[in-house]
Amino acid sequence: MSDTVNVSGSLRARLSLTLIGSAAAIAVLLFFVVRTYAAQIAQSGQDNILEASVTSILDAATLRDSGVEVDFPYVAFSMLNTEADDRVFYAIWQDETLLSGYELLPVADAPDGGDIVHVSAQFDGAAVRVATAARILVGANARNRVTVSVAQTQDALAGTLNKISRNVGLIGAGFFALSVLVASWATNTAIRPLERLTHSITRRGPKDLSPVARPVPSEMAPLVTSLNSFMARLDTSLKQSEDFIAEAAHRVRTPLATVRSHAEATLQRVEREDNRQALRSMVRAIDESSRAAGQLLDHAMITFRADHLETEPLDLVDLVEDLVTRLTPVAEMKDIALTVISGGKVSIEADSILLQNALSNLVENALKYAPEESEITLEVFDVPRPRVEVRDEGPGFPPDQMHELAARFSRGENAKDTIGSGLGLTIAQDVATAHGGELTLTNLSEGGACVTFLL
Amino acid sequence: MKFLLVEDNIELANAVSARLQIDGHVIDHADKIEDAMAFMQTGEYDLILLDIMLPDGDGRTFLKHHRSGKNDTPVIVLTARSQVSDRISLLDLGADDYMTKPFDHEELQARCRAVLRRNAGHAQSITELGGVSLDPVAGRLSIGARAVTLRNRELRLLELLINAPGQIFSKAKLADRLFSYDEDVSENAIEVYIGRLRKHLEPSELRITTLRGLGYRLDHE
Repeated sequence: MSDTVNVSGSLRARLSLTLIGSAAAIAVLLFFVVRTYAAQIAQSGQDNILEASVTSILDAATLRDSGVEVDFPYVAFSMLNTEADDRVFYAIWQDETLLSGYELLPVADAPDGGDIVHVSAQFDGAAVRVATAARILVGANARNRVTVSVAQTQDALAGTLNKISRNVGLIGAGFFALSVLVASWATNTAIRPLERLTHSITRRGPKDLSPVARPVPSEMAPLVTSLNSFMARLDTSLKQSEDFIAEAAHRVRTPLATVRSHAEATLQRVEREDNRQALRSMVRAIDESSRAAGQLLDHAMITFRADHLETEPLDLVDLVEDLVTRLTPVAEMKDIALTVISGGKVSIEADSILLQNALSNLVENALKYAPEESEITLEVFDVPRPRVEVRDEGPGFPPDQMHELAARFSRGENAKDTIGSGLGLTIAQDVATAHGGELTLTNLSEGGACVTFLL
Repeated sequence: MKFLLVEDNIELANAVSARLQIDGHVIDHADKIEDAMAFMQTGEYDLILLDIMLPDGDGRTFLKHHRSGKNDTPVIVLTARSQVSDRISLLDLGADDYMTKPFDHEELQARCRAVLRRNAGHAQSITELGGVSLDPVAGRLSIGARAVTLRNRELRLLELLINAPGQIFSKAKLADRLFSYDEDVSENAIEVYIGRLRKHLEPSELRITTLRGLGYRLDHE
């Protein structure tokens, strides 16, 4: 078939892309959500320790006469030990005066009540987390504000975060890979009923226009319903045109048969040669028109069926013998003997109706050209490929026209006096080609034509 | 031979009957299935010629009925359809042969003979004249104890002559019966067949006389 379908996109691609795309988006989103949440948890862990550290230092601050004294416990720093050996900085201020620690450590404004304020900052070339708290120490004659800041670099935190990111990344990738598998499985499952429907329709014979009976998913039901009603309409119109052709053939052929029978009967009664001549040409014209009509119809049917061969296993010898039985009465009228030579069963896969038509055209052709009281031989071969040779003892093919002979409507030049529309060889050739074979014409060295029908 | 012709087209039925009567056959004509069945109950036929499209049904229905009734009268279907698949289903339904309209009467008779030969023992329409007995179905010519099988054209020629002894047949008339209309026939061909028949008939009392300028005649001595 030469028509191509106008294709726009693919359901399979559309479905898989949608599924895989959403899976990818979900995987990326998952990665960021989990990573952010993990970062928050890790940060609050560090903040808690810093807070404890600040609180313990602040608790150790006392007011003496000479001023504020801070005797901060060892634990205030040891609790900040990490695997990554993070550095710890601190600064203790009495009002605006640095009591101890790093002067440049960024300090946040903390409320007086001891509540802790956390900030992230850059210090000494590293990112640090700073916790700051302030308290008012009230003495006999003094009122001092003590501010404590403890900062810690974030190497351990970053390490933990990297580890978490890597794991979450792996989980995301695994989820994505799984989604791709699920997507392709889901796509195949969704597309399969469509493929099954296509297959069941493609496999049908040329005349099968029955509705689709196979169950289909509900989404496909409207499509199948309209397909069924389309096929029903096609079936009706095909049947109507078949009936019409049959009726038309009947209407045309029956009066022709009447004329022919009358002409033949009259020919028995009239004596004058010119009348007899007229009657003979009547009969010839009728034969020519009916044969041409028949062969045109056969040829049309064969062209139609060649696209959808209805092959079945059959015995080529059987088929040839049936054909010979059917054509023997015609052969006998010219005292021609039809002989079948074969070496036993030849099993083939072929369209029996087409094959019969093709072979009977070849034999009818031979009958037309063979001289009376001669022999037409049909020899069936099995190897190397199944083939039938039809040999006659007639004049043979005109050598200069052999290659054109099988072309539509062409007739051999020595066929002037024989009725026939010339479609016989064309039909046989078309049938051979449809079966993957060929038709070859040769002339026998001892005279006569030989047509080889190769399957 | 006795034919039952089942054909709804009266014109065609008349034409076919007229043509078959020329050869001495007897024809009953039914124009619908119902009548055909009635004829089959009252008469014995050698052969049924059946049209497929009939006013009260498909000829195939008649065929099915005919075959289920164990009636072995051979049936030749006359069909106006030439589709190959149609031909095959006709034979499957029990028709012995089929012909596509319009048909050649010589071919029809050849097919009748072939069908009757296959259903051997049914029709015995042997013609006897002057010690000669001719079985047209088998193509067998017997003179006394001696029997020969005639070639088809010899048989048809003898059949023509033996069914109308004393009648003059012109060469042209004989040629039209023996050869198809598309064959180029020289009148010498007729002489060849006449010569062969004369040889076959030598031991009998039948003679083929040549009437110069008129034709041939079969005489009984």
